[in-house]
Amino acid sequence: MVATPRHTMGDRMPRKEDGRFIRGKGRYVDDIRLPGMLHSAILRSPFAHAKINNVDASAALELEGVHAVITGADLAAQGLAWMPTLAGDTQAVLATDKVRFQGQEVAFVVADDHYIAQDALELIEVDYEPLDPIVDSRRALDEDAPVIRDDKEGQADNLIFFWDAGDREATERAFQEAEVTVRQEMFYPRSHPAPMETCGCVADYDISTGEMTVYMTSQAPHAHRTLFAIVSGLPEHQIRIISPDIGGGFGNKVPIYPGYVCAAVASLILGRPVKWMETRAENLMSTSFARDYRMTGEIAATRDGRILGVRSKILADHGAFNAHAQPGEQYPTGFFPIFTSCYDVPAAYAEATGVYSNKAPGGIAYRCSFRVTEAIYLMERMMDVLADELEMDPAELRRKNFVKKEQMPYVSVMGWEYDGGDYHAALDEALRIAGYEQLLEEQRRAREEGRIMGIGVSTFTEIVGAGPGKKCHIAGIEMFDSAELRLHPTGKAILKLGVKSQGQGHETTFAQIVAGELGIPAENVEVREGDTDNTPFGLGTYASRSTPVCGAATAIVARKVREKAKKIAAHMLEAAEGDLEWTGERFQVKGSPDRGVNMEEISFAAYTNVPEGEEAGLEGVTYYDPPEMTYPFGAYICVVEIDKGTGQIEVKRFIAVDDCGVRINPMVVEGQIHGGLASGIGIALMEVMDFDEEGNHLNSSFMDYLTLTSMEAPKYELGETVTPSTHHPLGARGVAESPTVGSPAAVVNAVVDALSPYGVRHVDMPLSPNRIWSLLRENGVGA
Amino acid sequence: MHIQVNVNGEMREADVEPRLLLVHFIRDYLGLTGTHWGCDTSNCGACTVHLDGEPVKSCTILAVRADGHEVTTIEGIWSGTGLTPVQEGFHEEHGLQCGFCTPGMIMTATALLERNPDPTEEEIRAAISGNLCRCTGYENIIRAVRWAADHRTAREEVSA
Ligand code: FES
Ligand code: FES
Repeated sequence: MVATPRHTMGDRMPRKEDGRFIRGKGRYVDDIRLPGMLHSAILRSPFAHAKINNVDASAALELEGVHAVITGADLAAQGLAWMPTLAGDTQAVLATDKVRFQGQEVAFVVADDHYIAQDALELIEVDYEPLDPIVDSRRALDEDAPVIRDDKEGQADNLIFFWDAGDREATERAFQEAEVTVRQEMFYPRSHPAPMETCGCVADYDISTGEMTVYMTSQAPHAHRTLFAIVSGLPEHQIRIISPDIGGGFGNKVPIYPGYVCAAVASLILGRPVKWMETRAENLMSTSFARDYRMTGEIAATRDGRILGVRSKILADHGAFNAHAQPGEQYPTGFFPIFTSCYDVPAAYAEATGVYSNKAPGGIAYRCSFRVTEAIYLMERMMDVLADELEMDPAELRRKNFVKKEQMPYVSVMGWEYDGGDYHAALDEALRIAGYEQLLEEQRRAREEGRIMGIGVSTFTEIVGAGPGKKCHIAGIEMFDSAELRLHPTGKAILKLGVKSQGQGHETTFAQIVAGELGIPAENVEVREGDTDNTPFGLGTYASRSTPVCGAATAIVARKVREKAKKIAAHMLEAAEGDLEWTGERFQVKGSPDRGVNMEEISFAAYTNVPEGEEAGLEGVTYYDPPEMTYPFGAYICVVEIDKGTGQIEVKRFIAVDDCGVRINPMVVEGQIHGGLASGIGIALMEVMDFDEEGNHLNSSFMDYLTLTSMEAPKYELGETVTPSTHHPLGARGVAESPTVGSPAAVVNAVVDALSPYGVRHVDMPLSPNRIWSLLRENGVGA
Repeated sequence: MHIQVNVNGEMREADVEPRLLLVHFIRDYLGLTGTHWGCDTSNCGACTVHLDGEPVKSCTILAVRADGHEVTTIEGIWSGTGLTPVQEGFHEEHGLQCGFCTPGMIMTATALLERNPDPTEEEIRAAISGNLCRCTGYENIIRAVRWAADHRTAREEVSA
């Protein structure tokens, strides 16, 4: 007989949630079918900027099978035509006055099935009067630029914000006094998280009870319920958001989209469940984009490579409505101020200008913790520009400027306190795995043979796990997170969380945390999340916050439960609490290992034999507010070869050493790293959302919005160092985004290194064959 | 139009519009929601099923084209509690995260192994190149398929 596996904290436990997915039994929003459910489709603007003179839905309403057509005017009558965004701006639910980006929501059709709803869209007549669009953010503040947000009182231009941070004068001085300064402009283009499952919901309003249940592709169901209550005026306790299985999020499922609101309104009007599910084009065109930062980086340094100051300037395109994902109004550039990264920089200054444009709203953190991706890309590109200027090895330059582990806990010049880190060790490990010296030798040979080969290094620290609540909030709600744990009489546990997995494997890893704390097998812990009626209030899963915040809550609630268990154990063993010790498996009387009870026995006693003065049951709840964020870090090396004839880049090797502190499940961590690398490499090579001069979206399908396939994905070579977080109860940090943060610069650095013999110092992403081929031709390479 | 399709070994029939896509027939008419839908342009492979034993993207095929044919979906490749080696491989090698691409990947991989029981890494990469995954970076999917190849041979040897 095969022994039943008992897994705990730290094990490579195969995932508990796999069973339903490999059988085709996952339950995603689009799989939900309720009795009487209707379907919907959204009419979207063909123009990037146009005045709406009239919307005539009469013909659509006459089509058989159509139940309702909702227009902006209808919503305006209910005061619902506009909704608040995460950044404190407003966004049109359905356009009333103007359309402000191509793909904007104009009308919502409800019908018996999706095909009829689509037919009805064709019958809606909209009288548009096209206006001059702003597509290039560099034109947004021109004198004669059309004002996009003329709906906002007092808004006379397209400026959203001006922001700066750091010590401007000290940085200026550093630049004046420095022996060497370098400067580089770069563009981090617009991209999209594009999870395999698009966004959607089923809104189900029950007229008889007044309850509104919304099954929704939500990374943050509790926060969404509160926002729903605020927007709709429905009482919060009668709204239930259920986020079932989610087919990937990557930040795309953090905001509230007009489709959710329209489906809820339609269900309220019709008294029937209404499903809304985006097409892929709608997902790419209208839901949150990421990045779109035009940046200038500057470094001041000594001749021998000591950094004296860093400066950056950003032009941020936030689209037509400012729906930027940010942990509070004090962070209009998110965590960009982390840009001094893992380097000991004495002076730094950053400034940013945020503007409206006639493009989709957003600025969400695509597999990223609030703009840290842009910050690290800037810094890592600049390090290579400096290395090039100094004719210094890029790895050496980095090593020279790292914060040393003796400096931990280090407070950066921008005011961030790092929870430990050994950047030298991570880089050394990456160089060792890569065989750096041999690689350099190989490159020399390749160049002699006329092959174009490049090596790129990228070292970084991330910043993940928002809170603390006093520093970070969403719509005023502090960014804590929660866990509720109950042990049942037979010692089996249910753990309920305020976060929500979209593939991260919480049902396994969080069970492992409980297992580690209570000495029961992870197999005996069921994890529940994503239902606001049945889980404690939490802020959700994004910006790699689940493990740092909710993982900590889980460890702490388990420890609370263990405290109570100790009282019961003392009673059972007829010993004083002080005489008991916890072995990791059970409580036993110090010095008498034969006298002990395990958690299963204690659980049973909690319901059958509680000591006097104690309540029955064995459970607890914790709302954990982290004292600081966590700072996972890494060292990446990318090796590329470029085809002279086609400009095609092949990623030959990718080495990633990550330090996310203690790993709860190394298998899951590695899987997260693989996925993050694929996104980061994809962003560097091919993922981009472009627009023509009229504001037409040029990448609205997977034919044009290219993501990495199995053919381009390299074989990842992973390594690790383990530096426990100084404040996390398990010593753990978030990890799923580090690879997306760190890898684009490694790829670009490798490509620039490959092309450096031809005088190339920088190339903007995406590094498409076309772009590289042109560069090669310009520099006289190839036919 | 009236169609009759053998789906997972059972004869199913329905009156459908000529424009109905096979993926919608499977999901909406038959309630077999393991077959997913992920794009408008037949790029993602989330909808992969077998039509007469061959993997096809069911969003590129009209339901009426399946009239009189055999369709196998993810729900049809396992029985009761028994999993196929490909399904087990995905579990063992952590070949899935959100699970959305997984049924399509499994259907593609199953067809590959029927054609080529001992594929190289390159052959696996080529076979699944029409199936997109945004979570795994593909590495563990490739390992999962290799796991299935190894264990399939082992099983056949045992049963032989
Ligand atoms: S849904 Fe069929 S290929 Fe994407
Ligand atoms: S596992 Fe999420 S798309 Fe593949």
